Amino acid sequence: MDAIEVKDLSKSFEGLNAVDRVTFSVHKSEIFGFLGPNGAGKTTTVRMLTGVIKPDSGEARVMGRDIVRETQRVKEVLGVLPETANAYPDLTAWRNMMLIASLYGIPRREGERRAATLLKEFGIYERRSSKVKGFSKGMKQRLMLCMALVSDPEVLFLDEPTSGLDVQSARSIRQRIKELQEERKTVFLTSHNMQEVGELCDRVGIINKGKMVTVDSPENLRTRIGGSVAVEVRLDKAVDMSRLEFNAERVGGTYRIYTTEPHDVIRSIVGFATLNGLKILSLNVQSPSLEDVFVKLTGGSNGQ
Amino acid sequence: MGSKVWAIAKKDIQMYYFKGPVVIFGVLFPLFLFLAFYIGRNLPAAFLIPGLVAMTIFFTSTSVSPVIMPWETQMRTLERLISCPITVRTLIVGDILASFIFGACISAVPVAVGVALGVGVKSPVILALAVLLSAFCFSSLGLLFSAPPTSLVSNIMMLSTFVKFPVIFISGIFIPLENMPTWGVVVASLSPLTYFTDLARFSIQGYAYYPLYADFVALLIYSALFLLLAVKLHERALPKRF
Repeated sequence: MDAIEVKDLSKSFEGLNAVDRVTFSVHKSEIFGFLGPNGAGKTTTVRMLTGVIKPDSGEARVMGRDIVRETQRVKEVLGVLPETANAYPDLTAWRNMMLIASLYGIPRREGERRAATLLKEFGIYERRSSKVKGFSKGMKQRLMLCMALVSDPEVLFLDEPTSGLDVQSARSIRQRIKELQEERKTVFLTSHNMQEVGELCDRVGIINKGKMVTVDSPENLRTRIGGSVAVEVRLDKAVDMSRLEFNAERVGGTYRIYTTEPHDVIRSIVGFATLNGLKILSLNVQSPSLEDVFVKLTGGSNGQ
Repeated sequence: MGSKVWAIAKKDIQMYYFKGPVVIFGVLFPLFLFLAFYIGRNLPAAFLIPGLVAMTIFFTSTSVSPVIMPWETQMRTLERLISCPITVRTLIVGDILASFIFGACISAVPVAVGVALGVGVKSPVILALAVLLSAFCFSSLGLLFSAPPTSLVSNIMMLSTFVKFPVIFISGIFIPLENMPTWGVVVASLSPLTYFTDLARFSIQGYAYYPLYADFVALLIYSALFLLLAVKLHERALPKRF
């Protein structure tokens, strides 16, 4: 059994198909990246899977529980970090944690133990008695993650968990997401940060205009969109690029050549450098980035 | 379900009710409305105090409860809340419980004012039961006001004010039911506040227009109706808030 099974899930608003017969599955203990341009249907899909709104048709199961018929039982196994949601600003961090613990039916002492452990782990324990309205964005986001984890969920839905955070906060959250996988938890990650998705996710699903475009591993996606790679070379002197037999573009002090035959290009560059007495400072072959894949598969659409 | 309802109510009390301006407004607003009616008239305190208690419990129980949903939609805390394993019913009953506690507690202030002015409470048990039942009834009404799925607090305030002030004027607070024409009594009978005012007059002045059981039954029916409607309408409205 997969952690999340989605079949032909659809939802429309005022006649507009926000999610259109979407089908995919997320394996247990997997970090699954869910990508799409703005307005592609990501948030609507997440809201259906987390029991916030009901689908018009299709079915979905989370840990074997039906999202329509067993909504409350689905919510019991979920931890959710919605992108647009906030903690209560006029409550303290501790009260926010205890509120969520109570709503998951966790006994008070156990809730307090978990809250203390999580707040310490995320470096907020010293500020537990402060109202959330005085927190920085990074602290608020770390608190929201603590709130998502307090029920010790089997499946986590994290919507843009590092959006707008400083480097340290983003890195600590990414590290924790990796650890969650080691704890055999399933993570459903929505993000616009392609590097983050490429680094963290086992598989990636791309949705565009309400339809699922593809689901595959980041590596497979990179190779699937065509064999074009970029050969990047840095030389010790500026050269006349027109003398090279390939079209090269200059990016800072680096020359970049797009090709489907990287070995020919490398041989040619080495020959060119030797002939002209140039020193090669660096030479790299770059696969297409996940961002290139995303742009190609979504047709450069921003969903507007 | 009980502990989850209490968790919601506790959150509401800490977030919205346990604030100086809210408490002061809850006492001052009915008091000023009362003074506007009282000053320049030679009316006995025993007649005025039931009206003041009625206005206080009605305004306090319907003051914050209508705006919690639009506030939470606007603050973006509602989605986090509803992602937890709770039903809309739990959420609504929790909000009503907080409003009930606030309304019932604040209504002790005008009763204390009456006692200080030498007005005795002849039937304290009836008054206490009436206060508890009415606080629940009016809190449910307050939740009903917030059923339209908007995040604009001003829209809900406008709607609730549009209903609340006419209710105050038709409920036998300023003109006792026995002095009203027949059509006035018919209109008054549509307001749940009429039945509380009648019970308050019985408890303090010693007489009521309707039999006591009729007042209690009417309040019970209105309470059940408001609660049921609030839950149904919020269940329908919730997905439209996101």
